[in-house]
Amino acid sequence: MDKLKQLAKELLSNNQVQIIVGYEEGTVGKARPAFISSPDQADTLIYDERCIHNLAVYLTQHKLPGNTKIAVIASFPVMKSIITLASEKQLDENFIKVIGISKDNNIIEFKDFADIERYINQQDLSFTPEEQALIDKIDAMSMEERWEYWQNEFSRCFKCYACRSACPMCYCTLCITDFNQPQWVSVPSHKLGNFEWHINRAMHLAGRCIGCDECSRACPLDLPINLLTKKLSMDIQKQFGYSAGQSLTEPYALSTYKPDDKETFIR
Amino acid sequence: MATENYKLLKKESLPALFDKLTASGKTIYAPVKNGEKTEFDVVTKYSNDINDEYIQTVQSLKGTVFPKVEKLFDYKSDKTDTSIQEPDFSKFPQNVLWGLHPCDAAAFRPLDATFRWDYDDKYFLTRMKLTTVVGLSCSKHDDYCFCTSVDISPASSDGSDIMLTKNKAGDYLVEIVTEKGQEVYDMAKELFGEISDDKESYITDVPKKFDLNELNKNLDGSFEAPYWLAQSMRCIGCGACAYVCPTCTCFDLQDEGAANKGSRIKCWDSCGFGHFTLHTSGHNPRETQSQRWRQRILHKFSYMPDRIKVFGCMGCGRCSRACPVDMNISENLIKIMEEPKNE
Amino acid sequence: MSNPNIYKPYLMKIDKVTEEAPFVKTFRLKFTNEEDAAKFNFKAGQFGEYSVAGEGESTFCVASSPTRDGYIECTFRETGRVTSALAGKEEGEIIGFRGPYGNTFPIDEWKGKNLLFIAGGIALPPMRCVIWNCLDLRENFKDFTIVYGAKTVNDLVYKHELKEWEERPDVKLITTVDPGGETPDWKGEIGFVPTVLEKAAPSADNTIAIVCGPPIMIKYTFPILEKLGFKDTDIFTTLENRMKCGFGKCGRCNVGKVYICKDGPVFTYAALKQLPAEY
Repeated sequence: MDKLKQLAKELLSNNQVQIIVGYEEGTVGKARPAFISSPDQADTLIYDERCIHNLAVYLTQHKLPGNTKIAVIASFPVMKSIITLASEKQLDENFIKVIGISKDNNIIEFKDFADIERYINQQDLSFTPEEQALIDKIDAMSMEERWEYWQNEFSRCFKCYACRSACPMCYCTLCITDFNQPQWVSVPSHKLGNFEWHINRAMHLAGRCIGCDECSRACPLDLPINLLTKKLSMDIQKQFGYSAGQSLTEPYALSTYKPDDKETFIR
Repeated sequence: MATENYKLLKKESLPALFDKLTASGKTIYAPVKNGEKTEFDVVTKYSNDINDEYIQTVQSLKGTVFPKVEKLFDYKSDKTDTSIQEPDFSKFPQNVLWGLHPCDAAAFRPLDATFRWDYDDKYFLTRMKLTTVVGLSCSKHDDYCFCTSVDISPASSDGSDIMLTKNKAGDYLVEIVTEKGQEVYDMAKELFGEISDDKESYITDVPKKFDLNELNKNLDGSFEAPYWLAQSMRCIGCGACAYVCPTCTCFDLQDEGAANKGSRIKCWDSCGFGHFTLHTSGHNPRETQSQRWRQRILHKFSYMPDRIKVFGCMGCGRCSRACPVDMNISENLIKIMEEPKNE
Repeated sequence: MSNPNIYKPYLMKIDKVTEEAPFVKTFRLKFTNEEDAAKFNFKAGQFGEYSVAGEGESTFCVASSPTRDGYIECTFRETGRVTSALAGKEEGEIIGFRGPYGNTFPIDEWKGKNLLFIAGGIALPPMRCVIWNCLDLRENFKDFTIVYGAKTVNDLVYKHELKEWEERPDVKLITTVDPGGETPDWKGEIGFVPTVLEKAAPSADNTIAIVCGPPIMIKYTFPILEKLGFKDTDIFTTLENRMKCGFGKCGRCNVGKVYICKDGPVFTYAALKQLPAEY
């Protein structure tokens, strides 16, 4: 990845960007997100199969200084996240430079977001057989089995909200769980509180999830909560032909309507 | 290496001991293998799934004395009459925590110090009183472990009522540390023998990464240091580190139910959350993640030793293993000691 | 019962409700259990956790003086979940109270001194406790000055008591409202508290200043007091931070290693200068 380091150095030294969000060598053999702001730090940048964090999460966290041009190293899920965030008017294209990394590890210097959109739509966007198999397994359960499955999983949750924090689409400044007038979601991590949270999380991400699986990867308790949002993505694709992370302009399926909708109630 | 005298608990005696504990009304928590991982779980009898060679679990047993959700009382209320029903403290469970490593056993000390600081927390103290801790020396460690840096050793019995060390034969060298430990021993004397052995030879060697008192001194005057921001850039602001930590005690108080009937609940919270210190006015004294990261470190390594005479970190490494973005605590502590406090 | 439960509130009957200002009410609270009432005592400056069943607890100072026996009073503005629920309560209803917590104003040490009270808006309630405490021991102190300001005339709390203080010959009361907040018949000052204070220029000689108000008022008032010659050890205030437990366990209110719930809420300006900016 010498090319990546070279590019980073160039971008920083001619002040095209002020910060690069990428990956560096972490501890105990892990890779981790890194923030590079001077050319001499660029040598610490890495990119390999361990670089799985969805860096798009940092673009909406308001941690990076304002009025700063940011370059972000974007794997395929990061590209899709950026397109979704842009379609939801959360990103200012003038301040973000996207350095894409293709599946065969080539660097793609995107001109603009539309360029990313074009690239994404040239790729295979179908759910992988592995993803389909995971969902099929849950679908095959009876209602009672499924209820019990999720009850067991949710009861383990202690509400550290790593799923929320790691998700680029969870950018609300006041999350429904932090709202207390009224208290929509019970605060404690008892069975009810956990159900309320995970159902709300899934519904708020329904069809907006781009399938990076960061939520369950971030979960210290390995709850398979990515299955919920994945299943909803599949359903929304089936019902409305909408998939997140593929279009800058197509409105989100659940917040719009079309006059020629096949359902009569909406007309 | 010195040979000393220990009680001996043979591996084949474990089922009988577990049966006795269960029969006497104890709830046993033990490290149980589940696929690749080992987690503490309630067991009623001994089984081969109980893992005495695990490195560390994801979750500690903090929840047995400081549950993630603790009902403080029920209330009933109409316009002019209200009553409060406290739980029956005599019915709190008698727990035996089996096979905790020394870091986890030592973690009860800071919990105790916090929940006893001038005001006794009856819920915690009752649970603690009914708890027997059976510690287990560490035969393995990983790169996240740093107990020796926080003045704990992989063989220390501090915090344990009984201390076990597994020997070459797979049996346990037993030290009876406290009266509570003696009670368990007295209950099942016939299962224990005597042995002379060298405990130290079975114990893993955890390298010391930093000096705790030096760190503590170094943190004086560090409030405005530039490293808080630099270290916390990656932090995504979740509570994973706090919730897997065996000593974190931040909590929330919440009412649940209707005006006429419901409960008040004490539940885990984390100083890492943005809304933790938010005033109703909108003002937030710890508004940014770097301020919250600073609070986490200073609380454990500066405020706690200063105010309640105990450090808030046992070197178990759980926070570092659990962190989704590799905020490795020992790495950051070492950096704090190396970096200047002022720009 | 041995070993009291620190989370268990006293049950208090609302004896009297006073509307002070828009969204601001005072409750007079009496213990429903006489044993509790007999055991209970507090000192000026201390605070408590007031609760509404089903909604939770909220933190504020006791607003009545410890010299007034048999009840406590609290004054609150309807802002969050709990204060909104409190505001809906009527006389005769029951609410919860835990406390008292925290340190106190060292009133005993102020004997023979002049007292200068400076308060802004909804911050008069915590100070009212001290004011009445000292007025009930009036002979212990020399000059007694109160400077109180609010956004508008309507926002001034304790209107009856302000009148009472105004009429007392042994109290000098200066009230002020922000420019634009006055009514046609307003006879008090117009201007922000720090400005009015500077104009009044009370003597710092043998005087203790007690300041309570929103952060912005405090920020501008302290330098003026110092300019007037007050020593920072003679300037007192009470701090607020979000709290849940009130007794040093829940982890919210600490400012550096100082816990507002245990080491405060009362601090001298000298002590504040030592604190990091975390409140």
